[in-house]
Amino acid sequence: MNALLEVSGVSVSFDGFRAINNLTFNINAAELRAIIGPNGAGKSTFMDIVTGKTRPDKGSVTFGEKSLSLLKMTEAQIARAGIGRKFQRPTVFEDQTVAENLTLALKAARGPWRVLVWRSTAADADRIDALATEVGLSDHLARKAGDLSHGQKQWLEIAMLLAQEPRLLLVDEPAAGMTLAERERTTEMLVNIAKTRAVVVVEHDMDFVRRLNCKVTVLHEGAVLAEGSLDHVTKNQTVIDVYLGRG
Amino acid sequence: MRLIALLLAFLFSSMSAPVLAQQAAQIVAENRDQIEKPSRQTIGPVITALAESGDPMADDILAAWEAKRLVIRKADGAMFISAPDGAGFTLTALDGAAAGTATKGEIVELKPNAGVRGLISTALVQFTLSDPDPVKRQAALDSIAKDPKAEALTPLRASIAGETDATLKAQKERLERLLTLRFDPDSAARVAAIDSFGADLGLDLRGALNPILATTIVAATEPPAANIDRTLRVGRDVDPVAAYEILVAAGLAPARLTLDVQRDALIANLKDGMVGGVALADLDSRAARDRAYTALEDQGAVPFAATDDEAAAALAAYQFYEVYTETDPAVTAAAKAALDAIGTKVGVMQTADLALDGLSLASIYFLAAIGLAITFGVMGVINMAHGEFITIGAYTGYVVQLYITDYTASIIVALPLAFAITFAAGVAMERLVIRHLYKRPLETLLATFGISIALQQILKNVFGTQARPLTSPAWLDGAWVLNDVVSISYIRIAIFVLALVFLGFFLWLMKRTRLGLEVRAVTQNPTMAASMGINPDRINMLTFGLGSGIAGIAGVAIGLFAKVTSELGTDYIVQSFMTVVVGGVGNIWGTLAGATMIGGLQKVIEFFNPSNTLAAQTYMILFIILFIQVRPRGIIALRGRAAGD
Amino acid sequence: MRPLLQPRHRSMLVFLAGLAIFTIGVTIAAQFGLVSTSFVKTLGKTLCLCLAALAMDLIWGYAGILSLGHMAFFALGGYMIGMWLMYARTEEIVIASLMNSGLPATPEEVQQGIATQIFGVVGASDLPAIWGFAHSLPLQLMLVLAVPGVLALVFGWLAFRSRVTGVYLSILTQAMTLALALYLFQNDSGLRGNNGLSGLQNIPGMDAVGQETISLWFFWASALALGVVYVLLHAIVAGKFGSVIRAIRDDEARVRFLGYSVESYKLFVFTLTAVITAFAGALYYPQAGIINPAELAPIASIYLAVWVAIGGRGRLYGAVIGAAVVSLLSSWFTGGRVPSIPLGFATINWVDWWQVLLGLTFVAVTLFAPKGIGGVFDRLTGVHTPDRKGAPLGPDDGSLQEREAQQ
Repeated sequence: MNALLEVSGVSVSFDGFRAINNLTFNINAAELRAIIGPNGAGKSTFMDIVTGKTRPDKGSVTFGEKSLSLLKMTEAQIARAGIGRKFQRPTVFEDQTVAENLTLALKAARGPWRVLVWRSTAADADRIDALATEVGLSDHLARKAGDLSHGQKQWLEIAMLLAQEPRLLLVDEPAAGMTLAERERTTEMLVNIAKTRAVVVVEHDMDFVRRLNCKVTVLHEGAVLAEGSLDHVTKNQTVIDVYLGRG
Repeated sequence: MRLIALLLAFLFSSMSAPVLAQQAAQIVAENRDQIEKPSRQTIGPVITALAESGDPMADDILAAWEAKRLVIRKADGAMFISAPDGAGFTLTALDGAAAGTATKGEIVELKPNAGVRGLISTALVQFTLSDPDPVKRQAALDSIAKDPKAEALTPLRASIAGETDATLKAQKERLERLLTLRFDPDSAARVAAIDSFGADLGLDLRGALNPILATTIVAATEPPAANIDRTLRVGRDVDPVAAYEILVAAGLAPARLTLDVQRDALIANLKDGMVGGVALADLDSRAARDRAYTALEDQGAVPFAATDDEAAAALAAYQFYEVYTETDPAVTAAAKAALDAIGTKVGVMQTADLALDGLSLASIYFLAAIGLAITFGVMGVINMAHGEFITIGAYTGYVVQLYITDYTASIIVALPLAFAITFAAGVAMERLVIRHLYKRPLETLLATFGISIALQQILKNVFGTQARPLTSPAWLDGAWVLNDVVSISYIRIAIFVLALVFLGFFLWLMKRTRLGLEVRAVTQNPTMAASMGINPDRINMLTFGLGSGIAGIAGVAIGLFAKVTSELGTDYIVQSFMTVVVGGVGNIWGTLAGATMIGGLQKVIEFFNPSNTLAAQTYMILFIILFIQVRPRGIIALRGRAAGD
Repeated sequence: MRPLLQPRHRSMLVFLAGLAIFTIGVTIAAQFGLVSTSFVKTLGKTLCLCLAALAMDLIWGYAGILSLGHMAFFALGGYMIGMWLMYARTEEIVIASLMNSGLPATPEEVQQGIATQIFGVVGASDLPAIWGFAHSLPLQLMLVLAVPGVLALVFGWLAFRSRVTGVYLSILTQAMTLALALYLFQNDSGLRGNNGLSGLQNIPGMDAVGQETISLWFFWASALALGVVYVLLHAIVAGKFGSVIRAIRDDEARVRFLGYSVESYKLFVFTLTAVITAFAGALYYPQAGIINPAELAPIASIYLAVWVAIGGRGRLYGAVIGAAVVSLLSSWFTGGRVPSIPLGFATINWVDWWQVLLGLTFVAVTLFAPKGIGGVFDRLTGVHTPDRKGAPLGPDDGSLQEREAQQ
């Protein structure tokens, strides 16, 4: 089975600091993967590279069956190709209603002219209702997103990601700031999503990662230190040194 | 003692004068016949003898002779210099003593012919060129240089050997060569004189060489026997219309029919609504009018005039030659070569001059922009009222000069005072307005714009719309002249120095003082700085005050050479923004680079399009918009994560 | 008709009704001689300025791009229509005068006569190439939209492509205006240098119609244009497109990750608003009668932003009200009809002090009432601002402030 995303030999440095150093990473079309690593390991930079925000100095990043090179595409093109990203802090459009936020994210033509003549169909309305129900926001469709609680914003953002119907989801610390019950629900949901698409979760919280019960990639100093099940990597001596020895 | 001294002085003067006077008067007396009836062939030695006598009176005698004022008194046959005085004449003896007056009937004027007068005037030139008084010699040289004539060459040459003053001697020698290359009959001597200058930058040399290369355009069927520069191709080197006019002027072709002439002729020949067989109503096209006119020509009613075809045929029949008025090809060739060499050197010098101009403009932009760069770079605040702070600085200078009349002292007082006033204004603005709009750069821009229009109008109401004088001290007048091409005014040098001082001051402030350290800390990480006990509020206030204060000082400097009106700052504000944007934010070297680039570029564009400063600015802004494409964050940009995007 | 009665369309309906009443009222007043022709012109011009402010609100209030160059497009539109007005008018005069001179005029003579008439003042006697379309009204009308449109397209493409945002973009647009103004100030720019184009109030072929009628025609046209554009822009901002550009205003990076090409949207809005502004200018200058490069001064464009801010940005009616109130007050104050205030030691003469008042008022609005006049309507309709502890609604420079937002 071919990998959905192939990152190979990627390096990038900022003012002499090597944030990513010859990184290679693959993920399959329906796979859940957790990325862990200490601060400054290059997790955020890795996501920046995949989503097109940062251009690597060398290496290649390809996506999909046709092995599209993501390096020549803009952020918007990459997003349209099917890569969705959830930021650590919830970023929703606070001056717009929940319904508007979801409409923005809904899979549809993205060009200015097409958007100008876009009209909501019954199918669109149903889809928005369904998504809102899934994340428990169906009563809040007409409210402005800025009025939602922190957790609700996280949910809204996840719903927006789902509305995009991406093939690969990059999720940055989804459990941050959530209650225990919310975490359980999030876990369940991510596992569920990963049945049909690839999901990469960047996370600090070992308990949360354990709950995800998936393959884990450990990043350190911009490169892969270890890969495998959580139990496997936590027994790895270098990982212990990096995590515990210095921590 | 005094008596003896007086006696001695009297003795001395009365003794020396007659001795010399006798010489000039003596020469006249000895050659009396020749002087009364001079001939060009023989009078030469007499004039020379007079000129070389060394007697101060010889000058007057020769001048009077030339001006037909040398007279003989009929009563005793004595010779005098006369000067008209009312109805009669005052007479002066040839030794300089007053000799009473005479009526017109009592005297006979000597009237030398033109040839003799020419000889006398040459001698006179030589005389003044050898005058014991260096001021007079200088004046004589200047008058020759101003209006060079062939006659001046001989006396000039003659006077060189006896010249004692080194400066004057050098001047004489230079002038002699300049005259030689133009007027010497010997071709080789002229070429040698031209070559002797090499690529000299003097305007006088170019002034002497250019007339040699003056040309006229001659139309002929075969090359004329003249010093031909080149053959002109019609349509390429010479405009066909101009070429045809040359033919007309030379009488080689009939004048062309202008539309107005044709029109008037047609109207004049209008009969019964018809002209030359064409109905009046049909005459609304060129073709119809030409047809009517040709018909009139055939009738002989109008003069024959060339049509386009005839004109083209006439042009084809003739060749056009550019001919030197100077007939000697060797000389023109040498002059051309010399001018080419000079042209190259002038080009180099002009580049240097341009660089100086650009540098001076860059210092002005730097001064105007540095305050803006501080507030924008450190605080992210665009201050649209920055231009008004510059204006306030200039007006401060003006008000100070109302009370302190000594210009030097007034400038010394105005600089710190302008800083203080605009510093206070800046701090007040920061406290009252900007503090409430941090992290809202666009709102800040608009709010400061509101302040800007209010301030500008207040200044206009207080000081009026007329330009106020802000005079620079006398020692800043004038320019430092390197040669005829490169020069720079002292005031621009002063501004350059001021810009350097500010650069140094700013670097010292940021790198060597506690305030600079705190400013840098707040810029890089306000939260961290606050947790370490730095009060960001205070730092922002001081930074803004500092930026505004520097604008005030820049205002005094700019006011010294620009018109001080309430719109003074507005003229610099967009350029200042450009400087900051092009240079890159948050770095003084960036501002310097931006100012250098914008100043230099503007001067270069102005050089290529000298008539048009407006166009220069247009093209410069276009260039900046394109430049932003290549380096969106300016010349010196903070990269990576520090850029904060 | 039912969707039109939805609450989100209410402001538009109220606005259109108000505009209609205003237009009819002025027309009746003019018919009965209650208002002078020049005042009708002032009102017509004000409507055009409102139209420009609408465009400004779309780009700044909705898309968060503080353009300081839109009055350049306004003036360009004026220049384009002015070229036809001046050419056609001069052509009439030249043909009439050549008629009297003995021979019927040739086309070359007419051309030459027009060129001398128009360009004698800058010492030229040839018609520049850019006047090539000036003889034809349809072509020149096309240029009214095409020239500013293409300029905006090229400039916007360059600026947005290199991701210039925030104050940088503002300064760049300001520089563009200045460059254009300086270019037009030259005598050899082909548009009569600082003389500009004049006599634009004389509509060719309409000598028989008096200015009092023409002024009403233009007033109606301006009102109609304002109404139509208002409806158009309302449709744009109320739909998904409006949602996208507001999202760009508050957080453009997030919009990119949703797959929208932010640059295309900005370019689209920049060009659309430029064309609307140019159209407004083409209606404005025949009423003003004269246009010169001073109209492009960077300060004019900043005023446009000031109007929108005073009216309340991010709401279309706010822009219209802001532009109308400030420009009418401005002509009232600077017209010398406001009584001076004697203070004993000095007298406040409003012709001199209006600018000061305007500047300070504007600062006060920015500081204390970011919703501008629009805030009054919010208060009347019971709309509150959200309590966000001072946080703006997005990370970008142009994002809505807490006190600008509606809950």
